[in-house]
This record gives sequence, C-alpha cells and structure tokens, in this order.
Amino acid sequence: MLSELLTLIYILASVTFIIGLKMLSNPAKARNGNLIAAAGMTLAILGTIFLYKDEYGQRLHNYGWIFGGIIIGAVVGALAAKKVKMTAMPEMVSLFNGMGGACAMLISVVEFNHLSEVFYKPGWSEVPWKINGAIIGHLLTIYAGAFIGSVSFAGSIIAWGKLNGKVKDFSFKGQHIFNIVLLFVIIGLIIFLLFGLNPLNYKLFYLIPFLSLVYGVLFVFPIGGADMPVVISLLNSFTGVAAACGGFLYDNKVMLTGGILVGAAGTLLTILMCKAMNRSLKNVLIGNFGGSKTVAAQSKSGGNYKEISVSDAAVAMAYAKKVMIVPGYGLAVAQAQHACHELENMLEEKGVEVKYAIHPVAGRMPGHMNVLLAEADVSYDKLLEMEHANDEFKTTDVVLILGANDVVNPAAKTDKSSPIYGMPVLEVEEAKMVIVNKRSMKPGYAGIENELFFKPKTSMLFGDAKNILQQLVVEVKEL
Amino acid sequence: MLNWISENQQYIYIVILMIFLGIEVIGRVPSVLHTPLMSGANAIHGVVIIGAIIVMGKAESNNYVALILGFLAVILGTLNVVGGFVVTNRMLEMFKGKKEKKH
Repeated sequence: MLSELLTLIYILASVTFIIGLKMLSNPAKARNGNLIAAAGMTLAILGTIFLYKDEYGQRLHNYGWIFGGIIIGAVVGALAAKKVKMTAMPEMVSLFNGMGGACAMLISVVEFNHLSEVFYKPGWSEVPWKINGAIIGHLLTIYAGAFIGSVSFAGSIIAWGKLNGKVKDFSFKGQHIFNIVLLFVIIGLIIFLLFGLNPLNYKLFYLIPFLSLVYGVLFVFPIGGADMPVVISLLNSFTGVAAACGGFLYDNKVMLTGGILVGAAGTLLTILMCKAMNRSLKNVLIGNFGGSKTVAAQSKSGGNYKEISVSDAAVAMAYAKKVMIVPGYGLAVAQAQHACHELENMLEEKGVEVKYAIHPVAGRMPGHMNVLLAEADVSYDKLLEMEHANDEFKTTDVVLILGANDVVNPAAKTDKSSPIYGMPVLEVEEAKMVIVNKRSMKPGYAGIENELFFKPKTSMLFGDAKNILQQLVVEVKEL
Repeated sequence: MLNWISENQQYIYIVILMIFLGIEVIGRVPSVLHTPLMSGANAIHGVVIIGAIIVMGKAESNNYVALILGFLAVILGTLNVVGGFVVTNRMLEMFKGKKEKKH
C-alpha cells in the first residue's frame, strides 16, 4: 500500500515538473509555475524519505543523517539565495547547478563502492557475476553519472568563478586538442571498465570522476566571460542528464522524467540563447573568444574620445524629444536601476519620451536587464527588444549607455576580424548623440575595443553608474 | 540487443517522450524569461536529491565512507533544490510586482 502511494506521489511530482516548466515560459504564470514545481519536489522528497522501500522490502534508515543533511542544505541554500544581490544571481544559479552535479557524482561513487565491496572478499579473482545486459546497463549509469556529474560540477564552479571575477580566462596552445584527447580517454576508460571490469582493475573507476573534473575545468576555462550564460545553460542540461542516470540506477521514474526533461529543455534553451547572440553552439564552445583577444586588441585601438560633464549631459537629455537608455552590466554592478528609473521620471516630467533598448544578452545573462528594471518598477512597455529599438534609434536624439559595451559595438557588423562579428548589436550610432557612461576606458567583458567610443557623435561620461545617475537627476531637476 | 530493448522498453519510451516534451514545453519562451527559466530548470534537476536520500538511507551504519559521501550528497542536493527554487522565485517576484501595479 505504502509503496503504491509513493508511485502515485512520483507521478504527481513528474506532472508538476512538466506543468511548472511550461508555466515558467509564460511571463504571467512563471511564478506560480515555479511554486508548483517546488511543491511537487517537496512531495517527492518527503515521500521518498517515509515511504521508500528497496527491492528487498527494506525501509530507509539513518534518518538522523538524512534530516541533518536536508536541514543544513535547506538553511544554507535558502539564506544564500535570499541574500545574494540581483547582480550575482547568474553566478548563484551556476553554483547551485554545480551542487547538483556534485550530488550526482557522489551518488555514483557510493553506488560503485557498494558494488565493488564484493571484490574485497579474499579469493575472488573473477567478477562474481556474469557480464550481461543488466549489469552493463547498471555499470553504464554509474559511470555516466560520475562522468557527467563531475564535468557539470567542475565546469559550474569555474563558470561561477569567472562571473564573479575570481577566475581569469586561461588557455594554452593546443588546449582544444588536449580537451578532445582527454574526452576520448575518459570515454575509452568507461568502455574498458564496462566490459573488462575485474577485481584487479576496479580501482581505475576513480579515474573517471577525477579525469572528468579535470575535463570540466579545462572545458570552461578558455571560454570567454561573455559566453558564460550559454555555458551555464549547457551545464544545467548536463546535470539534468546526470540526474536521469540516477533514475536508471534506482529504477526511479521521477528522477528519470525530471532529469531528461531538464536535459532536453536545457539543451534547447542553450540553443535559443546562442541564437539570441547569432552564434552557433559550436562557435561558442570551441570558438576562441579568449584566444583572439590579443589580435583584437591590436586592431584599431587608441584614438581620441571626448568627455562630457554631468550638467552638459543633463541639458542634452532634458531638451531632447526622445531619449533611449541602453542598460548593461555596469548598471547591474552599480545597483543603479532605481536611480535610472528616477531619471526616467524626471525626464518625462520635462516632456521627454524615455525608452529602454534591451539587448537580449545585455548584462551577464539573457533577461538580466529586464529583471533588474522590473525591480525598479520600470514599466514593461518602455522596454524595447532589440529589433524595435533598432527601428527607433534613427528618431532618437540622445542615447544614454549605462555600462554596456559589447552589445553596442559596431565592429560586430563591420569588422570581420572581430571575435563578436555577426552578433546582432544595438545600432546606437544611428541616433543624433550618444552618451556613454562607463567607469573607465577599459574594454568590455569580451575583452575587445569599442570604436563607438571614438566616434565624433559619442561623449564619454566616466563614473559609477549609480553615482552619475543621481547627479543627473539633481541636474535635470534644477533645469 | 533486441532483447535488451524489449526488456527496457518502458525506459526507452519515457526517455523519448520526455525529450520531445522538454523541447515542446519551452519552445516559445520569450528571451526575457531565459534566465528565470534556466534557474527553474536548475531547481528541477535537483530531483537528484532523491537518489542521495536513497544512498544515505541504505548505507550501513558502520560504513563511514558511504555515510559521509551520502551525507555530503544530501546537503549538496538540498542546496540545489532549495537554493534553485528560492532564487527563481526572487527573480520572478519582480515580474509579478510589476504586473499587479499595472492593473
């Protein structure tokens, strides 16, 4: 009776995951979708703890350990998620994703240990079971879980470090080839240990998670920071597959459905994100954003730029008919969304039409800017997607760029040697005047120069975005 | 091989259907929601916690390696689930607040 109840719970949980994911792709229902999936997950966890029986009809024990772990994880996780600043959300997602990957890896290691305990019996010289389909399937899910979970864990940690600036881009000559060789070594090892596992070589198993961790690190290291969202999304779908391996291992349908669902949806999401940047996944993964940095830096750097004072900028905007604000990572870092909204209100009081041009990958993740501006109560219909914004730049008097760089770089359209060539950008140079707020002349996240800053139409307004915006508000108010 | 397929047909059906469902379900997501959706999917694959609970619950009480690794797995899995859902909710809270004021 109890185990039938658990089956029902698992079916319900699987359905909540599907409905939750469906609702998450609709702005009006997204929040409820998340809550529904969370409710399903809670049900599945509680059901597993109290109702699970293994194949011998044994209930689970070690309740103290289980609840201890859950309480620690829940408290730390909830606090971390509540405390994290809006700007740091992307790296938080990456970190949580890595935790899931590590969890899958540990499950595989424990299960392998469990399996290999038979080897410890003295006198065994051969595998005490017949190599058949069931055993190979069982081993394969253990190996695959260890492999994918480890790659996802290590990769996510590196992505997390890159997003918060702790890890710098790093690549060495022939790294792609080294990575591919390493990948083949891991796959070769997995195949060898599938068919040739015996009491003498079973310890080689531990090489799988170890080499996979190395691979995960090297896999993410050379990829430029601008591409991190895509990488996180890809690693997210990896963890989904790793979770599904656990589903095979325990004959657990809810892990299987949840894992495969996320694996498939995550892969599609990765491709959609690439499309938003007009790049192929292959290009992101083996393209050398980091590697070509030196080449790009040499081309067309230098030149003269002109600075503008805060009061001049305020005058230019207050007397314009239409102002377009282009938010970028600088806005997020400075937490300047409220100041930005205030400036928008001040300008509108003066009769200026104010809109926001949102590049799909502005900030560190797609949708990053929308979330930030929504927090500051900026009205939805003021946010223009890239195509609409590009239509309107021609009739715009002043464009105010707040800490955005690569997404307004005209080199993406004109310079074939540029690493971001082909990425759709906001065509801000169509407007009559461009004011760029940045902290310094340092290149943006992709590490390339932006010729926009040296154009005669462009004026630079150096400083922290929040600080500058507050000064602008004061200046506009006084006009 | 054929034997194996027919023995495991349930799984094969689930995998195939879930792949198509996963693709279908998020097919028309606006780019605004890419980040929350990724975060939500991240929380859902936290279902791996169930595996960790089973590992933990099955470990013999004198097998310290399994106990410690299982314990770690439970902590990490819970972090993934709880952190994932809370972060997603925080992101989406902002969208919702906006909507309500508009009406």
